[in-house]
Amino acid sequence: MAKNIQSLERAAAMLRLLAGGERRLGLSDIASSLGLAKGTAHGILRTLQLEGFVEQDATSGRYQLGAELLRLGNSYLDVHELRARALVWTDDLARSSGESVHLGVLHQHGVLIVHHVFRPDDSRQVLEVGAMQPLHSTALGKVLSAYDPVAHSEVMEADRRSFTGRTVTAADEFEAMLDLIRAQGWAADAEETWEGVAAVSAPIHDRRRMPVGAVAVTGAVERVAPGGTLRPELIAAVRDCARAVSRDLGAGRF
Amino acid sequence: MTDAHTTGTHGTGPFIAAIDQGTTSSRCIVFDKDGRIVSVDQKEHEQIFPKPGWVEHDATEIWENVQEVVAGAIVKAGITSADVKAIGITNQRETTLMWDKNTGEPVHNALVWQDTRTDALCKELGRNVGQDRFRRETGLPLASYFAGPKVRWLLDNVEGLRERAEAGDILFGTMDSWVIWNLTGGTDGGVHVTDVTNASRTLLMNLHTMAWDEKILSSIGIPAAVLPEIRSSAEVYGHARGGILDGIPVASALGDQQAALFGQTCFAEGEAKSTYGTGTFMLMNTGDTPVNSYNGLLTTVGYQIGDKPPVYALEGSIAVTGSLVQWMRDQMGLIKSAAEIETLASSVEDNGGAYFVPAFSGLFAPYWRPDARGVIAGLTRYVTKAHIARAVLEATAWQTREISDAMTKDSGVELAALKVDGGMTSNNLLMQTLADFLDAPVVRPMVAETTCLGAAYAAGLAVGFWPDTDALRANWRRAAEWTPRMDADTRAREYKSWLKAVERTMGWIEDEES
Repeated sequence: MAKNIQSLERAAAMLRLLAGGERRLGLSDIASSLGLAKGTAHGILRTLQLEGFVEQDATSGRYQLGAELLRLGNSYLDVHELRARALVWTDDLARSSGESVHLGVLHQHGVLIVHHVFRPDDSRQVLEVGAMQPLHSTALGKVLSAYDPVAHSEVMEADRRSFTGRTVTAADEFEAMLDLIRAQGWAADAEETWEGVAAVSAPIHDRRRMPVGAVAVTGAVERVAPGGTLRPELIAAVRDCARAVSRDLGAGRF
Repeated sequence: MTDAHTTGTHGTGPFIAAIDQGTTSSRCIVFDKDGRIVSVDQKEHEQIFPKPGWVEHDATEIWENVQEVVAGAIVKAGITSADVKAIGITNQRETTLMWDKNTGEPVHNALVWQDTRTDALCKELGRNVGQDRFRRETGLPLASYFAGPKVRWLLDNVEGLRERAEAGDILFGTMDSWVIWNLTGGTDGGVHVTDVTNASRTLLMNLHTMAWDEKILSSIGIPAAVLPEIRSSAEVYGHARGGILDGIPVASALGDQQAALFGQTCFAEGEAKSTYGTGTFMLMNTGDTPVNSYNGLLTTVGYQIGDKPPVYALEGSIAVTGSLVQWMRDQMGLIKSAAEIETLASSVEDNGGAYFVPAFSGLFAPYWRPDARGVIAGLTRYVTKAHIARAVLEATAWQTREISDAMTKDSGVELAALKVDGGMTSNNLLMQTLADFLDAPVVRPMVAETTCLGAAYAAGLAVGFWPDTDALRANWRRAAEWTPRMDADTRAREYKSWLKAVERTMGWIEDEES
């Protein structure tokens, strides 16, 4: 039998105690109902308070459940909120890079494109919002696989099809690639999904550092990776954009 | 949005600084030669509500804020005044101020365009003719948000003002005039001017001559001595004196909606833009003729570049668009954030037979029915909150279609494509619905700040920073385009249902309270 962690059991008991009705409890009440020393109870409460699970009333000093618990059950970031927040930054990325920009989120074992900014060259382009991309071969998909544990388990179980001679399909090779992505903070797709197309992508995080999506610049391989090397200024621009959107998500959530 | 951001990928100047003196805040944006944003600074000002229906701004606070955001934007851009080639101005339209030209002190708070204290005065001024008494000359109905009646109110209600005005000590201006007068030196030689677009919102300018109309001035009772000189939208009015931009030419002024038309580079007849905010303003370029509207639109000046002939526009406004989404969030509690309306609406395929006509304060263009009130029609047990959310978005799209139809009727020009901007353009479903209902492509440009961009463009043209409007068109970048996907039969059937719902809003208020 697995050995249980006593302090977690005690923390859970405290949350149950505080959840029992609309009440606020003082430290001594909590300690005595759980049969704990005041010092022990205080240490656990302080940790829960730092995590936002418990709040302390400033005047009475009594404890109650924290707002973070509500958010836990309701933490899903609306993709349209994500698009609204990303709009100015992705426009600027398309302008400065001269390439098209996509915003993707994990959806049904793939990447759902939730926002698309045209390449700023006045050519005819079709809006790709609502399209799906594969997780294992695109820059967006690889970023999500590297940072989002749900995407990771999905991509490892999936049939990783070979789209071009460059698609990475073997599990160990794929895992090694994700390690590299996590280490460097961005992912590339050099003709791994479509011949002649290359992309660079970086992760977008919300206020709690959860990966909620990815942003990518996509274009002809000759422009994005001339001579087989990704343009470093593109990598920097994509990461700047991802950081800016992440910052906006962290700022004023509703 | 963030209050300021800079990107490191811009070249070194030169730059144009645009000031947007808006209803809730003043902003300054620095643009580079490609029309990209280099830096932004913004500051809100107080909204003063002395009585129900009255809205005022403290013009002194506004001028202080303008100086602050100009300095802020220049500092954030990391540049000096030597890098700035011109200053452009765009402003909340119709907001009216009078000040003493010897002291520079406002004689009263500015009367904001939303202020309705001149309702009764407008009725009285209409005499036996009604609200169209000055429409042939000005293109406008006699309504409380235009500047002329507000000037009259000030002259009647600020003690001794009429005498001082007649003695030549008092100046009137919309916010463009106030900002330019102060920028160019104020009491120390400030120039007292306005541009044709702002002047076209006063009810005092004759659209055909581009001059103050003496007959209207005497009918409303405004001494000509208070009026600014009417100039084009893009020319050097004077040079900044003092402050961080000392010596820089002040080279453009455009009302905010006209500036957005300019920023969207709608330079050809038939090109139109629609700005989706709390409400929506759609303007269509009608070329060198002022088109009379028989369908409830306004005739206004679009812009005038230097000594070239003025370009006219038809304008239609929708009172409730973004604010309907806010109402769904704040009053109904059906969504937690404005963006969520799309999530909810996308969870169903259609409106389930429900239509929402948000005639919260009557129907505006093209109906002008103050007796109408909001209606949700076509309810059955099948309808869910998701269908209502869909009907909310469709309401904005149908209202745009109605304005667009009115513009086509008045001008004889079919809408080829609609250029959009404003906050609601991030709503993908709305933009697609708009393309479907208009049966025309809907295009979003890459720079969302089209209002400031328009002011920057006009100022840049005036000082030769950009050679001509073709160079500005070359700067315009398509960020997204939605093409119609709805079949004609469905569109016709849905439009018919919408019009039936609109009919049901009318006549709700039986005795108009006065």
